Amino acid sequence: METQENETGPMVRVSINGREYSVPQGSTMVQAMWYTGHEVIHGIGCLGGVCGACATVYRMEGDFRLRNALACQTLVAEGMSFSMLDSYPIQRAHYDVAALTDPKEELFTFYPESATCRNCNACTEVCPQGIDVRDAVWRANFGDFKAVADLTMSCVMCGLCVSRCIAEMAPHEIALYARRAYGAKELPFPPNLRQRLDEIHSGAFSGELKRLEGLSSAELKKECEVKS
Amino acid sequence: MAELVDSFYQSVPSFDESQPPALSPEERSRLLAAFYPDYRPEGKATLKVGANKGMVVPQELANILESRSRIPAPRSLPDQPDHDVDILVIGGGGAGITAALFASMEGRSVLLATKLRVGDSNTIMAEGGIQAALGEGDSPVEHFRDTFRGGHGENDAALLSVLVGEGPEMVEWLVSRGILFDRDMQGGLSLRKGGGTSRPRLISAKDYTGLELVRVLKEDLMNAPVEILEFSPAVELVSGPDGSCAGAVLYDLDSRKNVYVKARTVILSTGGAGRLHLGGFATSNHFGATADGLTMAYRMGLPLVHPESFQFHPTGVIFPSEMAGMLITEAVRGAGARMYNRHGRRFVNELETRDVVASAIIRECAEGRGVETPSGDRGVFLDLVAIDRDSGEGTVAKRFPNIVKLMNRHHVDPTKRPILVYPTLHYQNGGVKADARTRTSIFGLLVAGEVSGGLHGTNRLMGNSLLELFVFGRRAALEAVALSRDRPTFSWKETTLSHIDRFESELVKAFPKQDLPIAPVLFPDYRRKDA
Repeated sequence: METQENETGPMVRVSINGREYSVPQGSTMVQAMWYTGHEVIHGIGCLGGVCGACATVYRMEGDFRLRNALACQTLVAEGMSFSMLDSYPIQRAHYDVAALTDPKEELFTFYPESATCRNCNACTEVCPQGIDVRDAVWRANFGDFKAVADLTMSCVMCGLCVSRCIAEMAPHEIALYARRAYGAKELPFPPNLRQRLDEIHSGAFSGELKRLEGLSSAELKKECEVKS
Repeated sequence: MAELVDSFYQSVPSFDESQPPALSPEERSRLLAAFYPDYRPEGKATLKVGANKGMVVPQELANILESRSRIPAPRSLPDQPDHDVDILVIGGGGAGITAALFASMEGRSVLLATKLRVGDSNTIMAEGGIQAALGEGDSPVEHFRDTFRGGHGENDAALLSVLVGEGPEMVEWLVSRGILFDRDMQGGLSLRKGGGTSRPRLISAKDYTGLELVRVLKEDLMNAPVEILEFSPAVELVSGPDGSCAGAVLYDLDSRKNVYVKARTVILSTGGAGRLHLGGFATSNHFGATADGLTMAYRMGLPLVHPESFQFHPTGVIFPSEMAGMLITEAVRGAGARMYNRHGRRFVNELETRDVVASAIIRECAEGRGVETPSGDRGVFLDLVAIDRDSGEGTVAKRFPNIVKLMNRHHVDPTKRPILVYPTLHYQNGGVKADARTRTSIFGLLVAGEVSGGLHGTNRLMGNSLLELFVFGRRAALEAVALSRDRPTFSWKETTLSHIDRFESELVKAFPKQDLPIAPVLFPDYRRKDA
């Protein structure tokens, strides 16, 4: 549950934005913030691990490593110290996907920094979704947008990769561009959708839909009663 | 926590593969009446004030409808508005983004205000897909029939006809914006099965459908000539000449000041109500889903259609408890996942409509056949292992990577272990009444998306809400463009908050001694009370 009322269970020591608290074991980071009275507005969205609002940076006591997580998905642990990164500044390309003429070249117009990847792999190591971000950036540079799409479908746009990139690019925005260009420009238009659109435009169903619309509620219920 | 999960899974029964009992139409009705929360008498209230006076609705909904304004009396508006636009879109989910995008193409000034960030909504969480009748032997007519049957014949036929008729064109638009739906061997859009439908009709982007839609459309919105105010939920509508709508009052969550918007047309697309936790249910909804649009519209005198009807999605996670409410898409059942009670028996056909499946789960738990969790909750097993057994090793990982990722984070590998589920509050079936052009009975006020009502009847079929956002989001935009062009000019001096005064005087009469709650509530408060 979102609420954590259990006062009797085991507690753990954590530090939130630099202040120490004791919170119930088994809480997520967000639940720990609620438990300690924080009003979380920036840094919260779906609470289901897909909106990317709750990017968080943390360390464990006695370990030099800096780690990252989505706060709604990650349980607190003894000696954890964390702060939310509500929003990471990025530069977004201004483009209309329909107007792209040579998307693979235009990548370097919109995101010239994409070609400056120094292969450090920090983006991949930081990604809370486990995406091979470094590989996706290189695939984008080489114009293999299908591979970018396959690699990055689970991207929640949290921007943690940006926070670590020594080339200062925004890999998640580059991947979004490549996926969109692949979908809009490389993939053929779906034939089953084309066929149904043609039928709709020729008015194939409008008569029957009008007839259904004109029926009384009782007639409609009878008409739709069983699966056809 | 891994130990707790491991010890729980030591007592999973062996599963009996026999078919579940088939239900006659009468048995279905009895099951719903006995166990579906909409039809249960407990936790309900009769509305005493407003356009739906006399109707019985969940108590939590009554609390926000029969509520006081956040703006205390005496109420006045400032001399000048902070913004003066042709079209104000309230809400930044799927319907709001779509409406703002289409409106901005027509050269009108558009302001979109939203509670959190653009895209923070129920749309982004949609896993399963969009219904579009693209299969051979399928048609918009079959889509109509299935939806009407699934909605218990309570659907508004005019709205439904528009939904099924224009749906494929909206899918064309989405494909043209570069949204990556799953494809079949011929390059067509893959079609999957959903509950209560006669044909496979769901198109999806793995189980990231909503995320994929929002990522793409949000980028387009950010690049469109639309002014955007994030962290600025609307808290009241503004009245104009002759009882029309003329704008809204927003509340800036950071400065904690009101922001006044004059608009020639307002599109209300504020979404659903899950965070009201009706009946104490967990919810699959995003943090801001508190039915603010219903509160504001009801206060202005607008009637709600089917305000008593909510969708409790059958399969919300109930264990591990920190995940409670999180949705496991119905598409897993379409793909062959099965459900078992504590005795390892199937108890309902998994592809019945959502309300029937949810009722059957509640029945199993109420009658002692549920599985108890360490924290004392109850649920039933949803077994995805069967999908890999039927369709080949790796199918679950390929089609439902999000579920696999999320569950594994909490030590439940759904390709090996069944997921414990219980119904979760998922969708507001009803909402503000509107016509097929998205017009409400108040001039200048349009609605689109989950806040609107009538389309789904009293039970929504999977995949129809995403489709609704696009079809009616676009329709709202076109209507708003025409309306904002044709509407006679009016001045800010003619605007008031008098409808709030009127509503509150009714409240005082109906509840003379009661201290009524204040709404919109904006967010649930999960903070420890004595923190």
